[in-house]
Amino acid sequence: MAAASKKPFRWHIGVFLAPAVLVYTAIMILPLFGTLQLSLFRSIEQVQTFVGFDNFRTLFTDPNWSFNFWNALKNNVWFFIIHMVVQNPIGVMLAALLSSPKLRFTAFYRTAIFIPTILSFVIVGFAWKLILSPIWGVAPNVMGLVGLKSWFTPWLGKEEYALTALSLISVWQFVGIPMMLIYAALLSIPDEVIEAAECDGITGWSQFWKIKLPLILPAIGIISILTFVGNFNAFDLIYTAQGALAGPNYSTDILGTFLYRAFFGFQLQVGDPHMGATIATMMFLIILIGVCFYLFLVQRRLRRYQF
Amino acid sequence: MKTKLLTALLLGSSVLGFAGVASAADVTLNIESWRNDDLGIWKDKLIPAFEAKNPGIKVVFAPSSPTEYDAALGAKLAAGSAGDLITCRPFDKSLELYKKGNLADLTKLPGMENFSDVAKSAWTTDDGAATFCVPMASVIHGFIYNKEAFEKLGLKVPETRDEFFAALDKIKADGTYIPMAMGTKDLWEAATMGYQNIGPNYWKGEEGRLALIKGEQKLTDKDWVEPFAELAKWKPYLGDGFEAQTYPDSQNLFTLGRAAIYPAGSWEIGLFNTQAQFKMGAFPPPVGKAGDTCYISDHTDIGIGLNAASKNADAAKTFLSWVASPEFASIYANALPGFFSLNSTAVKMEDPLAQEFVSWREKCKPTIRSTYQVLSRGTPNLENETWVESANVINGTDTPEVAAEKLQKGLDGWYKPAK
Repeated sequence: MAAASKKPFRWHIGVFLAPAVLVYTAIMILPLFGTLQLSLFRSIEQVQTFVGFDNFRTLFTDPNWSFNFWNALKNNVWFFIIHMVVQNPIGVMLAALLSSPKLRFTAFYRTAIFIPTILSFVIVGFAWKLILSPIWGVAPNVMGLVGLKSWFTPWLGKEEYALTALSLISVWQFVGIPMMLIYAALLSIPDEVIEAAECDGITGWSQFWKIKLPLILPAIGIISILTFVGNFNAFDLIYTAQGALAGPNYSTDILGTFLYRAFFGFQLQVGDPHMGATIATMMFLIILIGVCFYLFLVQRRLRRYQF
Repeated sequence: MKTKLLTALLLGSSVLGFAGVASAADVTLNIESWRNDDLGIWKDKLIPAFEAKNPGIKVVFAPSSPTEYDAALGAKLAAGSAGDLITCRPFDKSLELYKKGNLADLTKLPGMENFSDVAKSAWTTDDGAATFCVPMASVIHGFIYNKEAFEKLGLKVPETRDEFFAALDKIKADGTYIPMAMGTKDLWEAATMGYQNIGPNYWKGEEGRLALIKGEQKLTDKDWVEPFAELAKWKPYLGDGFEAQTYPDSQNLFTLGRAAIYPAGSWEIGLFNTQAQFKMGAFPPPVGKAGDTCYISDHTDIGIGLNAASKNADAAKTFLSWVASPEFASIYANALPGFFSLNSTAVKMEDPLAQEFVSWREKCKPTIRSTYQVLSRGTPNLENETWVESANVINGTDTPEVAAEKLQKGLDGWYKPAK
């Protein structure tokens, strides 16, 4: 009796999961542990030797490494801040405008704003380098047309502006993603809720602030975490626009470019996979902490509404 | 690991023994290289010239792209499928291959006597005991100028630094041309075309370079700070927005005739000849006082070595001896103006600009870039730091003294000169 009531082993679940699990394990989980392992070793006289956390000690206490690490982390935080305060509010605003029923040509605007997102970093980096070039660029001339020529400086070459300029380029490229996600969230708000609000006399901006914004907060949360992960993994734009040395004077060096130089080497610098893996591990931890912070402290407090 | 290597070597040498016996048949040699730009020259000029003299040996030039070369070569060597002949990067990258046993010792190769010690320095062990690649070409630094601009403004080719800055002042006052085409965006322009170009005159070429390696001089010494001080003085003569000017921007500014002087490496000659519509001339880095000994950076850039696991070592050695001969030097240098043969026998070249560059070898003492040998092995990497600091000095971010101090501090962090 007992044996008959026992459910048969549902082997098909395993079979269906297997392809995804196997592929994901092979190309994500194993390399991740490989990296963690690599960071605990060091190559001494061409022999791999276990050194415990010595590589991390070097990274944090040797001024030659720690200066670059903190500099890259600081720049990365600034890169993230610019995205959070510029990209996401603009994305929300654009989505709010697009979802307004009075606006014409919405499909055109939506497509035009989203297109840079699908462009390659190489194209974006190169195009902006040309636009901002003091020699052939259109930026000085366009600014001249509105009488602001004296405000033009070679932004990408100035230590104090380069990182902000690059962050804004990245914002320009990716503003389409928050816009699309918020737009979708706004469209999913049921008409009844809006109508009820209108009956209560809440219209226009106050409708946006009081009704729509609370309803799209979970989407904004998701966007923030995507931005966080994307920014702390960023590398391509800096590399294509400023090169691996992230000039001028390392002012645009972020964790990604720092990792690249350490891991693969650059010009005469020979790559050191162990120090590279150490930096990669730190990046992993930073992102892990950020995501956990969001999952356990922020997301649980967000209120969700069921319709 | 070691035993594996040993077996591989033993296996390789035993196979080589057989190859010697069976050499009556045709042998095909494969060349690994990153110079895919040179494919035509190898195919049409160099290889036919060699094959005509050495029947029974066929040569195939099989390049990969420059950015992939090192990784691809490493993988091929590990898998045992690399070509017989390997194009050598200068200094540590090749030294590492030699230490791993991938490159054969060529110290006793017939033809090696055609090269000076400076020429061989890029492919010699630190103690000078073994040489493992045949030097092929070097590049020389100097300044290329727009002859028409100089004529129009009545300028004389400057020989001393005072004359150099006087000429720059005059070009600037006239306003038609940007005095000097150089930017700091790509960093390496400032270091390679700037610091390493004018520096040897201050630190007396090899004398200063070797003293630095031995630890007898420091980067904070007067001879090493002064080139930075001169670079800082270049700032007003560069074009507007030079901070964001890239290397191709500089090339274009000059070849379009908008700039009068271009701090150059001789590798530009080929491109400039096809793009510039005006006559060009060249002058070596100006010296302090008229009559001072001049020093030039004659930097070893490319060589060729023998894969230690090659099955056709004898044929490959025949080829390498030919590469070391004046005949190869002459064909190569003429096909690629601006890449100069390192052969001690003078090569006759047709290109006037290339002739001008190479003529400095007779009156000036050659040296190589100061950061390339030994000093760029650790972290922070001296060469890369020199890029950053040279750009900083020109941008005015750092004073020459601060820049030199930072470099020396970075070097002290890992480099202990042998006492």
